[in-house]
Formats: sequence, structure tokens, C-alpha cells
Amino acid sequence: MTIGETRRAWLILGASSSVARAFARSAGERGVDVLLAGRDIDDLRRTAADIEIRTGVRAEALSFDAAAFDSHDAFVEACTRPGRALDVFLLFGTMPEQNEIDRDFDLAKRTIEVNYLGAVSILSRLAPHLEKQGDGAVVVLSSVAGDRGRLKNYVYGSAKGALNLYLQGLRARLSRSNVSVATVKAGFLDTDMTFGLPGMFLVASPAACAEACLRFAEKGREVAYFPFFWRFVMTIIKAIPERIFKRLSI
Amino acid sequence: MRQKQLTLSGWGRTSSATVGAYRPERVSAVVQAVRAGGAGGIIAFGGGRSYGDAALNGGGTAILTERLDRILELDEDEAALVCEPGVRISDLQSLLTPRGFSLPAIPGTGFATVGGAVANDVHGKNHDRDGSFGDHVRWLDLLTADGAVHRVKPDEDGALFNATIGGIGLTGIILAVCFGLLRVPSNAVRVREMRVRDLDRFFELLAEHRDTAMYSVGWIDALARGGRLGRGVLEVADPSPEGMEEPPQRRRRVPVDMPGILLNPLSIGALNAFYYGRVPAAGRTRTMPTTRFFHPLDAVLDWNRLYGRGGFHQFQCVMPERESMAGIRALLETITAFGSASFLAVLKTMGGSGLGHLSFPMRGHTLALDFPARGGVGGLLARLEAITLDHGGRVYLAKDSTVSAAGFAKMYPALPDFREVLARVDPDGAFVSDLARRLGIREDLA
Repeated sequence: MTIGETRRAWLILGASSSVARAFARSAGERGVDVLLAGRDIDDLRRTAADIEIRTGVRAEALSFDAAAFDSHDAFVEACTRPGRALDVFLLFGTMPEQNEIDRDFDLAKRTIEVNYLGAVSILSRLAPHLEKQGDGAVVVLSSVAGDRGRLKNYVYGSAKGALNLYLQGLRARLSRSNVSVATVKAGFLDTDMTFGLPGMFLVASPAACAEACLRFAEKGREVAYFPFFWRFVMTIIKAIPERIFKRLSI
Repeated sequence: MRQKQLTLSGWGRTSSATVGAYRPERVSAVVQAVRAGGAGGIIAFGGGRSYGDAALNGGGTAILTERLDRILELDEDEAALVCEPGVRISDLQSLLTPRGFSLPAIPGTGFATVGGAVANDVHGKNHDRDGSFGDHVRWLDLLTADGAVHRVKPDEDGALFNATIGGIGLTGIILAVCFGLLRVPSNAVRVREMRVRDLDRFFELLAEHRDTAMYSVGWIDALARGGRLGRGVLEVADPSPEGMEEPPQRRRRVPVDMPGILLNPLSIGALNAFYYGRVPAAGRTRTMPTTRFFHPLDAVLDWNRLYGRGGFHQFQCVMPERESMAGIRALLETITAFGSASFLAVLKTMGGSGLGHLSFPMRGHTLALDFPARGGVGGLLARLEAITLDHGGRVYLAKDSTVSAAGFAKMYPALPDFREVLARVDPDGAFVSDLARRLGIREDLA
């Protein structure tokens, strides 16, 4: 999509995942360029080729490590340029098993560094550019795990919960510059993060999630559950009194 | 990387297997999965359209390739495409047709994947003219048992290349395939349909059209006997210079397993008579979208459920030119005498041999039919195997779930060459399938 001389591009942070790939295809089909950022650059190059061939837009692979905070300034420098307007889709994340985290503080630290600090680091450095741009959308793929701390997932959940709070503030800040911020609280998605995990039900496809995220951006949604019924599930889960909830092994 | 316990079945639903499945989304994850190995060996599982046990590995590991579905390069000048193994044939066709290209060989279902097309060296209705899929492969990236990725080309490691084309996944995991494309003028074909009164006439007409028409396929009423044995409809087609508006394909589902009894000789006979009768006696010519011509059954998702819970066997063999007339007559006589219901049988010509040690094609005629899995069908299939062997033919492994190890070894004379490559690239038998075990493919290895 070009407006005057400005070409829009979706910056996809964490672009190796299946949701990111589906998102890039959908964005490409809408005629918008994509910047694919992540650690596995060979993999991102393969996705970039795929998007260019299938949709005809420009697709670029960029090296990005969410936990390498010191590299983020240079990264933002590299992906912003005159004549390019950015929208941002952030979906990097890591979800180790809770029982492994319980045994290993380094794993807890890494979970928080990637899921929370990594997001704060890159978003806070992108924010001035988005403010200057004066329009655009930020979509962050968060999780229903951030709605309540659970026995099975509380370190990951606490990082996502903190991220959700951060996004509330960022939304207020960027709304003054006509930039929308969507927090997508995803339920179970059929990705390599969940493949083979016990207790999964009603898993949604990456393509459906990607399409929903694009729609949320287009509509300027603020907080959305995906699939939608997780709003009701989480309403119930949040309503359970703590003295009962603590006994549940969910 | 996590495994998931899954029960996978062949498309015919007579074979199934419980496997520990990986579903890698990128190359590094496939490498990790192969290195992790595990007891029971590994086999790749693509679109799940092999009818029997070729992609099953009971008690072992399966690597699902569905998420490896990226197109890596399209060179319009060279008419070549590079893609990952999990890309579906139908997705490629819908991408390529508007750009004036077609896949070089299009199997009967668009839900098959490119990895499967290589591993089974699939053929289409243009085999006489263009050969099978493997004939168009320029190179492939193969992850072998040692955990390394090799770019395999016909002129470099020709033996490994020939073992991988049609090698039913036993040489390793295909990570990328580069293959040539055909140029086509439009998204449509001109199809001429003719009624054919019997088998003799069928062979005459096939001989007449095989070198002139790009595509040809015969549909035989496998219940017609006596003087009408082998009656059916011949379709010959060429690319249409003009394209056509393609109505969005309405995909229907079969919501439940149909009661097996619905498909009986009476109902199938009526269907077959209808199929024959709907073509005017003088024949007719129509223009239709290529997708409909290549994949008539894909409009009904899960059509395998029509055969009921027990599933069905598909039998497909090819026989060499000098024997095929007598051989196919013997097959049809055996089938009609058995009285088993079979949907339309498919009769095609094949132009020549494939490159692979275990490639199915040879110059001659190929016949394919379905049989519901019911009592006595095992005996019938054994009889069909014997007839095929008597006439120097072979059975298509992609369709098979019943051939004997001894029969297989006679059908595929390059088996020793294949075993020699496996002994070199996979000495410990990291890759294996239920089919490989049934047919004793690795038996001779140290």
C-alpha cells in the first residue's frame, strides 16, 4: 500500500512462528510489505522468499534477538527509514514448562526477559518513531495466561500480565499520536509451542489467529480475546475466589 | 522439541499406526528431530494421501511436513520452482496457473504434497508426453540419517538421487525440491469425451491418442462383463488457448462414515451406467477448468468416508506394452467374477520408466481400482498381484497395503541398487516405515 511516497510495512517481531508466517502472508495479500525479524535468519529468508513469490510485496529478513536489549537501538535504526511507515506486530515469546522453571531461576529470568523486558525494550524504542509517524497500529500477541496467576504457568503468566499492564500505558501514550495498540489475549493456538502439550482443547489455527490480529489492527481494537470465547472462560476463571483457586491444579 | 502421540492412517483407512509425531516448522527443527532419532525409526508424513502404509511407522516416529510449506524460488525464465516438501500440489497449481505454468506431473489429488510427489514419483494424465514428477526434479536438499543436509543432483550423486526419487521416504527427509515447470496457455483444458464399447476399442483409442493429446485418461465400468468387458469413457485433453472464469470451488464434506452397504454392486453399477450414459454416443467436447479435470474428487473432502468405517483398498498396477492387453483383460475378468463393487476404474497409458530405483512407471498400461475392505478382498488382491506378476507388471507402492515381499522383489528389479544406497546413507536403519517392514525392503542390510 502506498500513500504518496510512503510505503507501509508490517514489522513482525518473532517472525519464525507459524502465526507470524500466516500473518505475513495475509499482510502480503493485502499489498503491504513485511519486515521479518527474529533470530533464525536462514529461516526468515525462506519465509521472505515465500511471501514475495506468493503475494508480490517486498519482504525482508532482519536479525533480531528480543533478549539482546542493547542491540535494539541499532535494530530500530535499521528498520525505520524515510518513506516507510511502520505497523508493528509483536509475537515473540518463550514458554518453558513451569516445573522446569521452578528448578532453575535462570529459566525464570529468561522467561521474564524475553516475554516482558524484551517487549518493553523494543516497544519503548519504537514508540518515538511511531509518534513521529502520526499513524499506525501496534498489535501484541499476549496470552490469557496473563489474566490470572495459575499453578501450571505462573512465571510465564506474570510476564504476560506485566506486559498487558505495560500495553495499557503505551496505548494511552500512543493514542495521542493516532497510533492504536491492540492487546490480543490468545487462548490455545496450534503452534509448535503447544504441539504435543497435554490438556490442550479448542486450539485455534495460526491462520485464523493471524487474520484476527490483522482485523483487530484495522479496527483499532484495544483488548481482544482470541478465539473470542476465551473472554467468557477468563471471566469465570477470574471470578473464582483466591482461597478456592489456590487449591485448583489448573 | 515435543512429540505428540497420534494415530495416522493411510487414505484408504485400512492401515493405521500410532506414532510419536514431530511437526517441525523450520529446517533446524527437522534436523533436531532426526538427530533425536528414537527407537522404531523415522518416516516423513506429508498430505496423508498414500492409500496404504507407505507413510506410516507404527511404534516409531513420524515427521509431519505440513508446516514446511514455503515456496523458496520461482524462476519464470528458466521455468523452475524451488519449494519445501509440505507445499500442496493444489496450492502450487493455483499460484502457477495465472502465471502461465503448470506442474510437470499432477497426481489425482491436489492434497498431495511436493515431498510426496517426489517420494512416490507420481504421474499424471500426461505421462506419455512428460513422464513422471521425478523426471523434472533438478536437485533436492535431503536430510540424511547422519543429520547432515545434502544437495542431491542427478549428475553428482546419481545413485542417491535415483534412490530418493520414488524412494518412499527411506533415504531421509526432503527439505527442498527444485523442479521444472510446463508452460500452459490458460487455466483451462479442451476435453474430448468418447464412449468406448469394450476393452479392445479402448486399447485402439488409447494408442491413437497417446502421442497426440497432452492428457488422456480412461474410466472403465469395472462391473461390465462379457462382450462389454472394459467399456467406459475415454477423455483426451489439451490446454485450451483461452482461459475461463473459474467458479469458486464449493468443497463438500462427507460428514460421517457412510454405511458400507451403500456401495454395493447395484448402486455402483447404476453409477457406472450413468457415467457411461451421460456422454452422448457421438462423444462431446467441452472446455473446463484444469482443476476440475485433474482433481474431480477433491470437490468432496473426505470422500474416503464413502466406503464406510472399514475403509477400502486401492489397487494400481502397470504392465508392459506387449503384455498389458492380456493382463488387463485377466484383471477385469477376475474382478467382475468376484463381483466386488468398485468405483470407476482408471485406465491410462504410461510413456516410459521413471528415474527412481523404485519408480512405478514403465511403458505400457496402468489400471487402478478401489475395493471396499470386506471379507474375501484379501484373496482377490493376492490374485491381482499374481496376475500382475505373470504379465511382467508392478504394483504402485503409493496405493498398496497388501503386496507380498516376494512379489515386490520381482516387480522392482532395481531393488538391489536401492538397498545398496540405503546401506551407504542409512546403515543403521534410521528411516523406516510399515511398508518397508512389510516388503522387507531393508532385509538385506548388514
